[in-house]
Amino acid sequence: MIKNPITQLKDCFGTGEPWVWLSAAAVSLSLMMVFGLLSLIAYNGLGYFWPADLMEAELLNGDKKTVIMGEIRETETVPAQQLREAGIQLTKEEQWLKRILLKQGNRDIYGLDFRWILEKNIANKHYPKDLLVIERKEWGKLYGRLTGIKENGQFIKTETLYQEMQSRLKQVHQLQKKVNELLKQQLGPINTRLETLRLYEKKIQFDTSKLSETLSNIEEQRQLLNQKFSQYQAEVQQLYKIMASDSILIQIASGQIIEVSMENIVQVIKPNSMNILEKLGHYIHQIWLFISDDPREANTEGGIFPAIFGTVLMVIIMSILVMPLGVITAVYLHEYASQGIMVRIIRIAVNNLAGVPSIVYGIFGLGFFVYFIGGSIDDLFYPEASPAPVYGTPGLLWASMTLALLTLPVVIVTTEEGLSRIPGAIREGSLALGATKIETLWHTVLPMVSPAMMTGLILAVARAAGEVAPLMLVGVVKLAPALALDGDYPYLHLERKFMHLGFHIYDVGFQSPNVEAARPLVYATALLLVFVIIVLNLTAIIIRNRMREKYKELEPH
Amino acid sequence: MNFNKEDVAISITDLNLKYEGKMALQNISLQIPKNKVTAFIGPSGCGKSTLLRCFNRMNDLISYCNVQGKIIIDDQDIYSKSVNVADLRRKVGMVFQQPNPFPKSIYENVAYGLRLQGLKNRLLLDEVVEKSLRNAALWDEVKDRLHENALGLSGGQQQRLVIARAIAIEPEILLLDEPASALDPTATLKIEELIYELKQSYTIIIVTHNMQQAGRVSDYTAFMNMGTMVEFSNTRSLFTNPREKQTEDYITGRYG
Repeated sequence: MIKNPITQLKDCFGTGEPWVWLSAAAVSLSLMMVFGLLSLIAYNGLGYFWPADLMEAELLNGDKKTVIMGEIRETETVPAQQLREAGIQLTKEEQWLKRILLKQGNRDIYGLDFRWILEKNIANKHYPKDLLVIERKEWGKLYGRLTGIKENGQFIKTETLYQEMQSRLKQVHQLQKKVNELLKQQLGPINTRLETLRLYEKKIQFDTSKLSETLSNIEEQRQLLNQKFSQYQAEVQQLYKIMASDSILIQIASGQIIEVSMENIVQVIKPNSMNILEKLGHYIHQIWLFISDDPREANTEGGIFPAIFGTVLMVIIMSILVMPLGVITAVYLHEYASQGIMVRIIRIAVNNLAGVPSIVYGIFGLGFFVYFIGGSIDDLFYPEASPAPVYGTPGLLWASMTLALLTLPVVIVTTEEGLSRIPGAIREGSLALGATKIETLWHTVLPMVSPAMMTGLILAVARAAGEVAPLMLVGVVKLAPALALDGDYPYLHLERKFMHLGFHIYDVGFQSPNVEAARPLVYATALLLVFVIIVLNLTAIIIRNRMREKYKELEPH
Repeated sequence: MNFNKEDVAISITDLNLKYEGKMALQNISLQIPKNKVTAFIGPSGCGKSTLLRCFNRMNDLISYCNVQGKIIIDDQDIYSKSVNVADLRRKVGMVFQQPNPFPKSIYENVAYGLRLQGLKNRLLLDEVVEKSLRNAALWDEVKDRLHENALGLSGGQQQRLVIARAIAIEPEILLLDEPASALDPTATLKIEELIYELKQSYTIIIVTHNMQQAGRVSDYTAFMNMGTMVEFSNTRSLFTNPREKQTEDYITGRYG
């Protein structure tokens, strides 16, 4: 007997098979989207660090010929009409044209880093081995040929110009390191002590009894410090002078020769003469610099170490703040509060708190934490610093507290769920042995709930690490001069402002004057942010799985 | 039945228990003899577990539960305000229907009650743990894996572990709430042998719905029905020569 098609379809759906397929399709689609996203970010971000070959070619512009130099960043085909509208003279037959995006560098000379060039105007494209890429501390990269080295304005005569330059560069970098050490270890602390002294002086002026003798004492100390300060400063100046004495001469594409001081150079490479292994080595070195270095040039060059550090430190402080508060709240709500209308209202409020837009938390943090609490702390404990605020200004502590508030509902809800999953038999077993309620909680119930708490922490970390909007109001800045954790007492400076990867992406991507140069950096930073969140989460997940193993829930035999 | 005053472990007078406005126990008066096994039998829902849970005030955990009357243990009314519930529960241990070991090691399960009392001396703890596990007839099976998770034990072993845990703090009275109902016959037999051993040193009250079990392990038996104490006497006479019609119907299987 042949069934009619509608019955067949019904039978088919009745078995549930199509639904299984449908769910499988949905899962694979989601997975594809996640991997697509990650690989897009990874492709765009990681390509940035590869030492691209440096092209030299002739650019024909009517009858005139000019030499150009640079890295080819992109090639695309555009309709001729679009170019005609842009004012470029073209013949009628041409319909589609290839054009390339050239990174020509030398921003100080050309004004622009990037330039579109029609491919048909280029002739004699080649990759000479002697072209250099000079990465500078200012004005970005310089492309050209090395023509000479100068010391105190005198040319150095040598056969191996390139090696000589590299060895001199190394010396300059060593001097630079020495200067940095001096600044950080000698001048920095002296400055701090002078500031403390100034504040102390202001403070004792309220107390007139011992004023005169202490004031002279302070003056004495200050002079000693100032003396030391100028001594070190002279040393630093001396080093700077040595560093500035060397310079190199570079001939750029137009034939013009440019003198670059050695102290202004980060590194020099010859990409066209590198083999694949050398390139790989350089690539890894560049990635390492990106992760470990401070940013330069309005964040469009250099590394992002302070942003990574700030993100991780803030998340850690946030976790330390949110966990005890969330867990204690959940324990009270679930174990002690009588389950009446009040507790139900609180639960609804907590759940709604999770849905409040994060910028609102930012506003709250600014108004309550920064201005009210921070301002009060300043009035009470740091009157001498006024009008400069100490805690009454956005900073790491307030940002962490704001995010702790933001993630509090997640921790409360997951902990409460964990508490309600503990079988009553376990509690009874403990109580029957003469344990009080608090002992039962502490010795038996809470250890069993710890995996649930960790789940709450994982969700909180995932949310906090990716949050940017509220942070802009309560402590994140474009460039933080000092890390919040360093060698100066009291080591952890909670009042300091900090940098954050999420804000860094926004800042580099949207606030940077050099958009083309910043784009790969945005991808690289985004990749790093994802990576940092994954690492933070994995740590928490590993801890949770350990706990799960330890406190397996009761399973009936 | 009446016992000499020094032979009585628990003395209950006019106990009434209201649960959510419903009478769960009515006018129960009973004396439970020392160092004997007393069994509570009766149909499901007759209140035997509820009565048992009055002896260590486990019913306190349930709100809407109101107890009236007197339960005297060691010359003290356990429902008077001056009683510390934790102290009472140390004196009156309890084993539940489902084995409920903590998700800790076997050793830590047994040491739990002692640690609560602040005992830290490792040697002393080792000693008590071993003694309790021996008394619970579990030592030989677990002595090589004391520090493994207790949840890896079989159901019968878990139940004996829970008994070891209860006797580690040396209570005077041990309440067993259908301790073998979740176990297979072999494990049940082991538990029954254990009860027989334990009665030398403890007053044991066992709730069971298995009349053969009550007959095998107990010295005295109380038959309860609908929240009242129908009959209480020594086990042999209750099973062979019941005074009440209800008791006879129940033990001969004619009930319900």
